[in-house]
Amino acid sequence: VFKRFVEIGRVAFISFGPHAGKLVAIVDVIDQNRALVDGPCSGVRRQAMPFKCMQLTDFVLKFPHSARQKCVRLAWEKENINEKWSATRWAKKIEAREKKAKMTDFDRYKVMKAKKMRNRIIKHEMKKLQRMASKKGKKPGKPGKPEKAVKGKKPEKAPKAKKPEKAPAPKAQKGQ
Amino acid sequence: MAGEKAPAEKKPAKKKAGEKKPAEQKPSQKAAGDKKKRVKKYHASRNPTLARGIGRYSRSAMYARKALYKRKYTAPETKIEKKKKEMPRATITKPVGGDKNGGSRVVKIRKMPRYYPTEDVPRKLLSHGKKPFCEHKRRLRASITPGTVLILLTGRHRGKRVVFLKQLDTGLLLVTGPLAVNRVPLRRAHQKFVIATSTKVDLTGVKIPKHLTDSYFKKKRLRKPKHQEGEIFDTEKEKYELTEQRKADQKEVDSQILARIKKVPQLRGYLRSTFSLSNGVYPHKLVF
Repeated sequence: VFKRFVEIGRVAFISFGPHAGKLVAIVDVIDQNRALVDGPCSGVRRQAMPFKCMQLTDFVLKFPHSARQKCVRLAWEKENINEKWSATRWAKKIEAREKKAKMTDFDRYKVMKAKKMRNRIIKHEMKKLQRMASKKGKKPGKPGKPEKAVKGKKPEKAPKAKKPEKAPAPKAQKGQ
Repeated sequence: MAGEKAPAEKKPAKKKAGEKKPAEQKPSQKAAGDKKKRVKKYHASRNPTLARGIGRYSRSAMYARKALYKRKYTAPETKIEKKKKEMPRATITKPVGGDKNGGSRVVKIRKMPRYYPTEDVPRKLLSHGKKPFCEHKRRLRASITPGTVLILLTGRHRGKRVVFLKQLDTGLLLVTGPLAVNRVPLRRAHQKFVIATSTKVDLTGVKIPKHLTDSYFKKKRLRKPKHQEGEIFDTEKEKYELTEQRKADQKEVDSQILARIKKVPQLRGYLRSTFSLSNGVYPHKLVF
């Protein structure tokens, strides 16, 4: 049922508070509600932090309990947590959300145009497929070509600018 | 004695540190040198206060202390004859028509008032800091610079995105569509009813004609009440008529701006679109 546990070396993401948005490693457990926490590579001093503001990630480091900051830093850099974190979907979603919030009016217009164009292409291909399916029933030539054409066109149109690229991502979020 | 005492008194008051002995030796030297400076430097009050509003010396004593008997100024008398010549003309002779009228009349230039009110207007109390509109300070938001794309919020062009050119003397913003892009002509907009976006068009080197001022854009009103209430108010120019000058000015400004708009990709389409809110869009959360 539970896959991520609070343990020594667990890397956690701080969700609110003064250090919101940073990663820390759990060094020791103080009591039921608090942990001694340290984030040498993310700018968080060694301190007590309540569990409530931490969200556990998949990463675990290896160091003994109450290890000093130097050891934590060594373990962190050995595992290359910063790079691994930015490669996760979690971090990418956060980044996409931030970018969306920073969009200016002009960017919003560009995204709208890009989305519109993309949807037109998709719809066009869909219609083609539907037509072929309805007209000719089951024929061997149908499935191969139109699908490849669709996938070929999508990556062309998407990277027009930074913002339109993440339009598919927030779109997936919105679609739920 | 009086002459010597006067400078001796003045100096300790000036310096405010009682250097009286060396001051006594030097007064003659300083008096000569200081006479030029003394005119500019003002002496501190020679009337020490006993309590608020009450001075140590009486009016006559102060007259003596300030040596006003010596200081009597009169305006320099230029030749009175000269002044008499420079008097402005009081009357003028004007020709008069008609037979047997004598050719001319002598008419006063500045005439006596034709009406005196029965009650004098009471003198208004002094007010402070109440300036007429023409003297007000005009401010401009830091986010609005020449070339900024603005979103108009009121008026017939509400929701349209428009390029800002300059601020006029009354504080209103001079703005243009450009006309070819979104049908907004050279127009004035009010700063308060405008959203400034962070998108800017580079308007370096664009010259806006000098005659585009507030009076150029002001609405004209005809008033010639020769009819008295015949055809009530229909003669006034209600409809705005497009003049050739407006067209020429529009062309002149727009040609410069359109060139710059074409350089930025998608900007033309952006200016053509209108701004609107929809579900889940909150202006306080939007970054413009």
